[in-house]
Amino acid sequence: MTPELLSFSPSHLLAVLPEILLIVLGGVIIVVDLALPAERKRAVGLYTAVGFGAVLVVMLLVALPTVDGRLIFGGLLRNDMTAFVFRVLFLFAGVVTALISVDSPTIGKEGEYFLVVTAAVLGMSLMASAADLIMLYLALEMTSIGLYALAGFLRENVKSAEAGLKYFLFGAFTSSIMLYGFSLLYGFTGQTNLYALSAALGAAPPEAALLALLLILVGFGFKVSAVPFHFWAPDVYEGAPTPITAFLSVASKAAGFAVLIRVLLAVFPGVETVWTTLIIVVAMATMTLGNVIALTQRNIKRLLAYSSIAQAGYMLMGLAALSANGVAAILYYLGMYTLTNLAAFGVIVLVSRVTGSDEIADYAGLSRRSPGLALALLVAFLSLGGIPPLAGFFGKFYLFTSVMQQWQATANGWLLALAVVGLLNAIISLYYYLIVLKVVYLGAPKDEALVYPVPRPYTLALWACVLGVIVVGAVIGPWVSLAAAAAGGLF
Amino acid sequence: MNFPFLSVITFTPLVAALIILMLPAERKSEARVTALAAAVFTTLLSLYIYFGYDMSAGGYQFVEHWQWVPQLGITYHMGVDGFSLPMVLLTALVLLTGVMISWGIEDRTREFMAFFLILSVGVFGVFAALDLFLFFFLLEIAVFPKFLMIVVWGWPKTREYGGMKLTLYLFIASVVALLGVLAMYVQAGSGSFDLLALAQADFPVDFQRVWFPVVFFGFCIMGAIFPFHSWAPDGHVAAPTAISMMLAGVEMKIGMYAALRLGIALMPEGAKFWAPVIVIFGLVNVLYAAYIALIQTDFKYIIGFSSVSHMGLVMIGFATLSTEGLVGAGLQMFSHGIMTALFFSVVGMVYDRAHTRMIPELGGLARKMPWAAIGFIIGGFTSMGMPGFSGFIAEIPIYLGVWKARAQALDGMPAWFAGLASQPWFFPLVAVLSVISIVITAAYILLAVQRVFFGNLPAHFDHGEHAVGDVRALDKVAMAILCGLMILIGVYPAIMYPLVYTGLQPVLRLLGAL
Repeated sequence: MTPELLSFSPSHLLAVLPEILLIVLGGVIIVVDLALPAERKRAVGLYTAVGFGAVLVVMLLVALPTVDGRLIFGGLLRNDMTAFVFRVLFLFAGVVTALISVDSPTIGKEGEYFLVVTAAVLGMSLMASAADLIMLYLALEMTSIGLYALAGFLRENVKSAEAGLKYFLFGAFTSSIMLYGFSLLYGFTGQTNLYALSAALGAAPPEAALLALLLILVGFGFKVSAVPFHFWAPDVYEGAPTPITAFLSVASKAAGFAVLIRVLLAVFPGVETVWTTLIIVVAMATMTLGNVIALTQRNIKRLLAYSSIAQAGYMLMGLAALSANGVAAILYYLGMYTLTNLAAFGVIVLVSRVTGSDEIADYAGLSRRSPGLALALLVAFLSLGGIPPLAGFFGKFYLFTSVMQQWQATANGWLLALAVVGLLNAIISLYYYLIVLKVVYLGAPKDEALVYPVPRPYTLALWACVLGVIVVGAVIGPWVSLAAAAAGGLF
Repeated sequence: MNFPFLSVITFTPLVAALIILMLPAERKSEARVTALAAAVFTTLLSLYIYFGYDMSAGGYQFVEHWQWVPQLGITYHMGVDGFSLPMVLLTALVLLTGVMISWGIEDRTREFMAFFLILSVGVFGVFAALDLFLFFFLLEIAVFPKFLMIVVWGWPKTREYGGMKLTLYLFIASVVALLGVLAMYVQAGSGSFDLLALAQADFPVDFQRVWFPVVFFGFCIMGAIFPFHSWAPDGHVAAPTAISMMLAGVEMKIGMYAALRLGIALMPEGAKFWAPVIVIFGLVNVLYAAYIALIQTDFKYIIGFSSVSHMGLVMIGFATLSTEGLVGAGLQMFSHGIMTALFFSVVGMVYDRAHTRMIPELGGLARKMPWAAIGFIIGGFTSMGMPGFSGFIAEIPIYLGVWKARAQALDGMPAWFAGLASQPWFFPLVAVLSVISIVITAAYILLAVQRVFFGNLPAHFDHGEHAVGDVRALDKVAMAILCGLMILIGVYPAIMYPLVYTGLQPVLRLLGAL
């Protein structure tokens, strides 16, 4: 290990300022939770949301990394634009998750709930910048264990308990397989730093690199819910408290992509042709399976679970393209997907609280009962379906463009096939998104008397997401610049 | 900086739609008046640029060019030439007449008018877009408004099926074409989605032969090419009248417009190679759909299939790759647009008053609604290609063109097909067969006229609670506008022919036809 890796300077602390502040926020949540009387516990969630927002603002103001990125803390972390962009996403998801949890009758007044969310955001934040196998694994487990607890947070609810247990068992299983992959990497190279591994792997037998790659992909595939490690997603999404489902579907997936992109690009350039082919196949299977099964769903949370599996398939396309444009397309897509899915789940949280049901049929006539909620759902679903001027359109367009560019550059027919399969999937997915919107806009409401009160935190969260989806989708240039800058640091 | 005519035309309906959505739901007449004002305004602007276009200079005019996503070479680039101008005008006219004949919509008037206007945003923009990203961006904006309008205000029996079918087919069309456009983008290597930059790309012949059908036939699905035509009658029948007018009158033209502009104009060698195939598909469209129209008993399905049949003539015109064929096809797109808008508006008027569209239950309506009868007959003359109407001006050049056309590049086609298409009688035979469609068209139009508007008026339509009344004054104005245009172009083709010719000159030069 080179001496400069071991050096320490106070500026390193600035790079982890968001993480430090998150720990402070956790402490504040504990104190506030203890100090507040039961009837004012609602404030805990609001403090959490404000806290995430404050960390976000501080980070944007003072902790901007240099574009080229550098290793800090003896190579445990890498402070670069990629990590920065991901941390923005996690913190934003944290703000919205806290806002849509505040007025929940089951979790809204639980201090522990918000504390664990904070811990999970902290773990994800470290995942995004981890540059060492040890750090990576610690961050990943910190995130996962928090999420297991959150998924099963409603102990009295059978489905929630099942979701927590299922998530934990799947997670522990895949994580241990991944850990075995890590140990192989260390065993063959004696290195744990991601950026030192690739050179060292050159001396190791290629079979070792391949085996480690496969084992590690199991763990990461679980995090991004790629086929065939997607089985947990529908049950966990359905059973978990809905704000947590929202959080899982965006932040956890984004964190999975953060480590997937970094590790594949940094550690395995030697076996690129193998893993790109593998990713192409997985991407095709993931989007097709997710979309086809989504067609048959009657429950909106399960529908979005399969849809989010399919979305992961689209994003894998950008990785298969193995280009700066491809990774930038993933980052743009993750940004738009975060905004979009949070908007969709925000609506679902409110509707299910009123109707007590997540069945799509119970969304009938939502447009007449609550035009605002229907509009938010409309924007979210059309964005997921890839309809302009919403961000989902350019997200898909950018991914397909990057795949086609790489096809042109390498003449790899698999990439063309990937683009074709992706476009076909866009058609399938539009069908089920439209079906839901048809129910929302055309169905006759079962109960005319239902009213949908929208508390202020929700209004704020939904407006932020809906406007974000439109702005990111119509004013595209700056976001692409940001994504391209972040992606450029990895190549 | 010149006045941004095209952006104003494109986005005026959007602004009007947002204003309408902000009105209280019960202020129905304000919603209607706002929509009409926006439609009149865009029509006047469209007329202004139609007559303000400088034909001697040619090329793209009223150009607007702004950066959008420089990283991918995407710009906000708008401009019109002689080929797109009639389409912009057509859109404005269908928007205007569509608003007029929708005056009587009482169910959620505000939303109807707003979504109808939003639908037209995408259509206007598509004809003005000179950047392919902008083209798809605007094209897909219309996906949801048309779906929603069909399923909410459509014919209750089939609206859910027809709306979903139409939306998905049109989406499939655009997605297939998008794949071809992306292939052109990466092949060109200029890193630009600009139409003018791609036109300079000079793609290799092999590339053109592979990717031309993806782009061309992809867009032709939007123009209801056989065997992907069934969305058109189903969707148009399910849709409310104004949407049928917009979808059949303009949306199908988008497919053909793009097939020429992104297909033939960018990959002329591919067009030469595939022309004999296109002509066969076009012929099937013309004859098959005309025959199906002949045996329909639902008044609206007749018109739906008649649209498919007439779009086949546009495909045949394109496939000639000659001046006559292309200009004829361009005129046919405009002529058929106003004609089919007129047809659907009359069908809507009949259905609104008689509450049935089944031909056997109708009859003698000319006595009750003479204006509708006259309008339908004038549209029928245009449809049959009678001299003095725009249909004649459009169809005769197509028949002439296909009679004179010959296959240009057949090496690489299967031997049996190359042998067939290289025969000197191949294209003339297509001409002869497609002319037969005039007879079939005359048959179904005249039969419909006779059975719906003449003959015995059923007693319950004459008096009593189901009595049929005359059409509204605004309906008459709308029909007068559409009929007037058909006759105007029929007797004075110079108002459009030279313009379309100017617009097609660059393509014809690429094809070696000039």
